[in-house]
Amino acid sequence: MSASASPASAAPMNSTWKHLRHVLGENPVTMAAMALFTLFVLMAVLGPALVPYDPLASNSDVALQAPSAAHWFGTDALGRDIFSRTVVATRLDLGIAVSAVALSFVIGMPLGLAAGFFGGWWDRIVTRLADTIMAFPLFVLAMGIVAALGNTVGNIVLATAIINLPFYIRVARAEANVRREAGWIEAARLSGNGDARILAMHLFPNSLPPAMVQVSLNMGWAILNAAGLSFIGLGVRPPTPEWGILVAEGAQFIVSGEWWVSFFPGAVLMLAVFSFNLLGDALRDIFDPRRRT
Amino acid sequence: MLRLALTRLISALPNLAGVVVISFILTRALPGDPAAYFAGAAATQEAIDQVRVQLGLDKPLLEQFFLYLGALARGDMGLSLTTGQPVLQELIARLPASLEMVLLALLLACAIALPLGVLAATRPGSWIDQLCRLVTTAGVSLPTFFTGLLLAYVFYFLLGWAPSPLGRLDPMFSPPPHATGLYLIDAAIARDGMLWWASFRQLILPVLTMAIFVLAPIARMTRASMLAVLSADFIRTARASGLSSTTVLLTYALRNALLPVVTTLGMVFGFMLGSSVIVEKVFGWPGVGSYAIDALTASDYAPVQGFVLAMGVLFVLLNLLVDLLYGLIDPRVSVTA
Repeated sequence: MSASASPASAAPMNSTWKHLRHVLGENPVTMAAMALFTLFVLMAVLGPALVPYDPLASNSDVALQAPSAAHWFGTDALGRDIFSRTVVATRLDLGIAVSAVALSFVIGMPLGLAAGFFGGWWDRIVTRLADTIMAFPLFVLAMGIVAALGNTVGNIVLATAIINLPFYIRVARAEANVRREAGWIEAARLSGNGDARILAMHLFPNSLPPAMVQVSLNMGWAILNAAGLSFIGLGVRPPTPEWGILVAEGAQFIVSGEWWVSFFPGAVLMLAVFSFNLLGDALRDIFDPRRRT
Repeated sequence: MLRLALTRLISALPNLAGVVVISFILTRALPGDPAAYFAGAAATQEAIDQVRVQLGLDKPLLEQFFLYLGALARGDMGLSLTTGQPVLQELIARLPASLEMVLLALLLACAIALPLGVLAATRPGSWIDQLCRLVTTAGVSLPTFFTGLLLAYVFYFLLGWAPSPLGRLDPMFSPPPHATGLYLIDAAIARDGMLWWASFRQLILPVLTMAIFVLAPIARMTRASMLAVLSADFIRTARASGLSSTTVLLTYALRNALLPVVTTLGMVFGFMLGSSVIVEKVFGWPGVGSYAIDALTASDYAPVQGFVLAMGVLFVLLNLLVDLLYGLIDPRVSVTA
């Protein structure tokens, strides 16, 4: 679905486009999710250039102030502007989620495709790996990995990638498994393609639609996971603005009524996850109308 | 039935082995030199070497693994550096607090999600269906720490209905005599109404937080499987035979629709064990999760490793339980197993 479609592919393009418009038009919520998603991407790219205050600059004169015209989301205990901190955090949070999901996609898809295509002992090893990861409560496993490897952002990405891995392995394996015996795979083999080429050029593109749905659904989950780890003190460290940390910094003020310190970063985090989840549902409706719920 | 239980037990073994192997890898992957770490900051090179021999870190990896297995078999998960207590003992002492919260949350979530899913499936497109859709999408998007803090603000600070969101019991009470470790049950055994009420009040917010989080998958599954069952032929037959709609819905449809829901319970348990860590931190709940977090903050790794292993084993066992339950309510499974 590239923008530079040739005239020859105009007809199927057109019908895909119509289907897309139909799905979007039928569900205005998807449109809203799309808009929110665009907003978050803009915030991640332009955020630091747009915010009114330095996210790290403290100012004890304005400590713990409620939201006002000068500080839209209020200020925290050190007088830092919460709006600026929340917006700037977008890049880090989305960055962690995107890298983690990309990493599990890049590792999980080939593993799963090969497992489904070749079967045999290779299949058994890969399936066992996925099952073993899934045998843990995933958040706990992520905690253990970060605790063992060291408390860095890179390890948060790695841990999140590892706990997402089984989902990609399973999707790719199932796709390769049902297509392994298909006629066009035989045809590709007869015209002289090797196993690796069939996997990369024929099976991989065909497993992309369900994989993309998985990516979109996983993004929201990856953000939640990374924020959760930072909330309990793993990974990103203060004073770096990150949504989980921002909420954690405000936790002690909730019982004394200074709600805004935690509320705004938490609400933005929730909106981000919400829009990714809605997009995932919409993508599934577009690619696989039968599974619509 | 016994044979079924046995096959399930055997099929859970590889997962159990996987959990132990990963836990072992995690203990050996500690940053830097574990021997230097366990010997303490002021240790001499000689002391470090001594610790290395003591911990068996000078042996080949495979031998280390069997030593690790042997230690586990003796119930030895090491000592916590901060408290000086054996990790296993502390985990067992704190587990009831976590379990009480998780189990109550599961009950509450089922009590809301099952009727919601059933109603949504019987009236597709109605307001209750839309509500179900909203709840399922919003539920998975809500970070538990955010919901928890929000509930604490509204019900403690604004309304004053809930007690101070800190710990299992108000400091003016002392815990009930230990029987099960679950305060609600222990207080009931001690016939102490005040104490029961006090523990119950402390439980409300954490349980609600967690229930909101796991509502979504249960409601979603109930709705989807109810929809599938309702369009089946045997439902049409039951309706055509003139059975009342309640009988059709509850005896015929729901019993069959519950099977996939029970299967998702395993996944739900996984979510809950993970999110309980966060909920425990938010509400200062003295369970195993906050034990692991406290240890993490103090760079005390043995409790964290013990916690990860314990949660992995607990999760495998819970999945086994769900499997057995499934065999119990669906006689067809034992035929194919």
